[in-house]
Amino acid sequence: MREYMTTRDIVGPLLLIESVADVTYGELVELEFPDGTRSLGNVLEVDRDVALVQAFEGTRGANTAQTKVRFLGRSLELGVSRDMLGRVFDGLGRPADGGPDIIPDVRRSIYGSPINPTARDFPDDFIQTGVSAIDGLNPLVRGQKLPIFSGSGLPHNQLAAQIARQSAVLDCTGGDEIGCKAEGEFAVVFAAMGITFADADFFIDEFRNTSAIERAVLFLNLADDPAVERIATPRMALTAAEYLAYDCDMHVLVILTDMTYYCEALREVSAARKEVPGRRGYPGYLYTDLATIYERAGRVKGRHGSITQVPILTMPDDDKTHPIPDLTGYITEGQIVLDRNLHRRGIYPPVAVLPSLSRLKQKGIGPGKTREDHADLSNQLFGAYARGLQAKELAVILGEAALSDDDKAFVAFADAFEDRFIRQGPHEDRSIADTLAIGWELAALLPRTELKRIKDAYVEKYLPTDDGEEDAAS
Amino acid sequence: MDQGRIVKVAGPLVVAEGLPSSKMYDLVRVGTEGLMGEIIEMRADRASIQVYEETEGLGPGDPVEATGAPLSVELGPGMLEAVYDGVQRPLDALEAQSGAFITRGMNAPGLDREKRWEFTPVVSAGDRVEGGDIIGTVPENTVIEHRVMVPPGISGAIESISAGEYTVTDPVGRLVADDGTTHDLVMMQVWPVRVPRPYKKKIAADEPLTTGTRVIDTFFPIVKGGVACIPGPFGAGKTVTQHQIAKWSNAEVVIFIGCGERGNEMTDVLMEFPELEDPYSGEPLLKRTVLVANTSNMPVAAREASVYTGITMAEYFRDMGYDVVLQADSTSRWAEAMREISGRLEEMPGDEGFPAYLGTRLASFYERAGKVECLSSDGGAEGARAQAAGSGGPEEASAARSVREDSDEGPTGTAAKRTGSVSVVGSVSPPGGDLSEPVVQNTLRVVKVFWALQDQLAFQRHFPAIDWLTSYSLYLDKITGHWAEEVSPEFRARRDECMAILQRENELAEIVRLVGVEALSPEEQILMETAKSIREDFLQQNAFRDDDQFSSLHEQDRLLEMILLFHKTAIRAHEHGAALKEIFAAPVREHIARAKYLTEDRAAEFDEIASEIETQLVGTGPLREETAVYAGGER
Repeated sequence: MREYMTTRDIVGPLLLIESVADVTYGELVELEFPDGTRSLGNVLEVDRDVALVQAFEGTRGANTAQTKVRFLGRSLELGVSRDMLGRVFDGLGRPADGGPDIIPDVRRSIYGSPINPTARDFPDDFIQTGVSAIDGLNPLVRGQKLPIFSGSGLPHNQLAAQIARQSAVLDCTGGDEIGCKAEGEFAVVFAAMGITFADADFFIDEFRNTSAIERAVLFLNLADDPAVERIATPRMALTAAEYLAYDCDMHVLVILTDMTYYCEALREVSAARKEVPGRRGYPGYLYTDLATIYERAGRVKGRHGSITQVPILTMPDDDKTHPIPDLTGYITEGQIVLDRNLHRRGIYPPVAVLPSLSRLKQKGIGPGKTREDHADLSNQLFGAYARGLQAKELAVILGEAALSDDDKAFVAFADAFEDRFIRQGPHEDRSIADTLAIGWELAALLPRTELKRIKDAYVEKYLPTDDGEEDAAS
Repeated sequence: MDQGRIVKVAGPLVVAEGLPSSKMYDLVRVGTEGLMGEIIEMRADRASIQVYEETEGLGPGDPVEATGAPLSVELGPGMLEAVYDGVQRPLDALEAQSGAFITRGMNAPGLDREKRWEFTPVVSAGDRVEGGDIIGTVPENTVIEHRVMVPPGISGAIESISAGEYTVTDPVGRLVADDGTTHDLVMMQVWPVRVPRPYKKKIAADEPLTTGTRVIDTFFPIVKGGVACIPGPFGAGKTVTQHQIAKWSNAEVVIFIGCGERGNEMTDVLMEFPELEDPYSGEPLLKRTVLVANTSNMPVAAREASVYTGITMAEYFRDMGYDVVLQADSTSRWAEAMREISGRLEEMPGDEGFPAYLGTRLASFYERAGKVECLSSDGGAEGARAQAAGSGGPEEASAARSVREDSDEGPTGTAAKRTGSVSVVGSVSPPGGDLSEPVVQNTLRVVKVFWALQDQLAFQRHFPAIDWLTSYSLYLDKITGHWAEEVSPEFRARRDECMAILQRENELAEIVRLVGVEALSPEEQILMETAKSIREDFLQQNAFRDDDQFSSLHEQDRLLEMILLFHKTAIRAHEHGAALKEIFAAPVREHIARAKYLTEDRAAEFDEIASEIETQLVGTGPLREETAVYAGGER
């Protein structure tokens, strides 16, 4: 054990320690402050005999003369085990539910290692979330990272909880028909970074009520917990998720909330180091840093488990071009965007369909996954909804009377689409067959000649006919 | 070699002392695990090193070993179908060593040392050769013939050479250089990535690189040897467009660099390309492809190197006489890697924290593209083969050379000369879709084609979301002649007419927004409908539909012809009294809309559409008899 009392500077969450020897980059540090409190940190930079240490739990109570600094010779690790299921931990992976310590099966560095691209298996198993706006138009697949772009006051937590509650993979071994829910071991890993007690409590309650808590691992760093600790929290969660997915063959859904606070913690450290800032004061390496979190989603060839990520971030001022949603969007495989206007009009879930996107949907839908007409129908619904919204804008300026008959049909379609397709109850679990059936009912509102994006054969087969034979699609 | 010591570690940057004889950009081995690194700054006796692997666990006092050589790639048979990381380590070899997750300190040579290749010489003992001359061929796979060349800078007479099965490091023959020294000839060349490979001269590029994507080929074409950039916000379809070009372009070799992008995207390419058929050779696409995958979570310094690794490989295939497309997705991540390293070096930043040399680096990278006359002593591959067949000696070689000198004044090389090209398509990921940011702006200074992706179009599911109003191609005039010969003499005129209609639509759209479509004159209303038809029936293309993802130039021309024919006929019919409503309701419009999905017998189908336009527009109008005089042919 190498212990020093040679702290020279303390700046924000950083300490500069002098006259050290054999310190390595990234090494874990234990700090003991004069009042006896202990705190963890790691080495950010080492220059000859001077080490720069970031303290995860803040530097309140530290001084230069009496602070003891111990270098532990290893990096920050998490002891993982199956027994973590059903437990609540703090942001650094220590039990926070009063339960006993975990006896680790193995200890892993929380930084993980990148998955070799050749070892990845392409995510193409459709996950039925039971939410039409997602399943029908922007489907989630196993191993995907699909963030929710939200804003303050929007129901992103409800939506995330609904996804966690309802998610199921379909078993399509039966051929063309839409399959039933497949068997398989599921787990939810939940990481809270800087969210309020109320928000965290909502999730815990939600997990308890549906007894999902037994299949969940929670890491909580709340708003009043040390900010720098948040840098470690998502990595703790993902280390646990990787163990459950690749060692225990489970399908893990990881919910990270709120990535905005994570990035702010990163900015705080960067500012304290006086680094050259990138946009809006965030460090230039924000993209790379976020990638080391998001890219830990995926599937690996030859392993049964998978990691699906649903990070949540609140966009400052609902601005999608803010660096955090912007860089996130460049890394993740799409995004679900929540819209304040829909929310104000009382539509839940307020998913803004047009800017939302799932990049992997082409691989996750179609015959054998959902149904042959899914892709064409979803394209048609997108296009028609976009046109309907455009016509509505026009109607605002010119009045409804100025619209052409076609445009009027699209306006009616857009309204019906929001009301029947997007809107659903927070506890309503729609099967993909139901979602597609609603989609076809809505498509029937459009002139037949406008269904350009759907193959003729599917229109013949699935479009409800006028004589009320609407169940033809199901 | 020098053995130095680490004095400082800060992220991917390590500072070492005790490397006095090392040079800038030399490769070094860092720490006890021998991690790869490159010297990027020297101050007194301190060398700053960017390390291509994770540096956690390194500390002052750890050893640094100089290698005395710059970062280089190995070039030779075995590159095609491979997947490399940013410093040319084959990822499947790394997987064999460490499993699904990449750990540190692994080494794997870029080319397989064990595999034997069948070498057939095309020169014989006594022949005089120079750098770049082809000495033999290897059937690397069923698509690409690998042409083994004399490394640049060496010339002399072949002492011996023989056919047989060799590994890339086995001597296939010997060469006596002009100074009397002898060299073993091996199939593998080693080339420093930051140095462009030499060529004889650059020539003007004038042949279209067709991609099968209509908006690109018709409206904003690129040439073989050209440079293009695709900027756009996330979700607008940069990567899909890049993949489409990698899949369907008529290049012979494709180098795809996944630079700081998603792991699943590389997996997609890896799983899809062996399945997809190259429309030109009928073989799996992967056989003509080299992948360089440095995903966003892999070390940032290796990302910086990956574009150089890729372009050096591209140049090598160019030197053999192939047309190569290099795709870098995304150059913004490369620029960010530069920014990160620059920040750690504590350099004075330029715009948005990017280093001041960002523009120079981008420009010198794109400038490595181009169509060239390849380095060689004679007319080209054919010449070399003819020489081999005739077992010609130095006399014949020099004769060939004099032929070359004579034809130097000629336009752009004769058939006998070996030419090759590297086209570069770089995507740019501007923060917030803001095109005024430094990477886009510095890129636009050097590229000739600009495909601007628009998120508004993507929201409407108008794909490819290439904005026809802001995009441009400066190669248009260069290839018009080629179009006239290969496609049809009217193609350029049709393209320009459609472009004019789209421009006009944009102006009229303002009016429509303010006062409604009724305020437009009937001609203008027809124009608006035609513009919509161009947008929906021509520009929109579904990359995921088998019957729509590839469109030949000829089909593109016919499709435009139909749309314009409808336009002109509609105006004519209206002039003779047909109601707009009836014209717009003509069933042939749906036929035009579906024309892009035609798979069989397209020519006949287009003719049928043409006749339907006549019968339905002119044939149904009240002034049918009067217009009959205009309606030639069918009725």
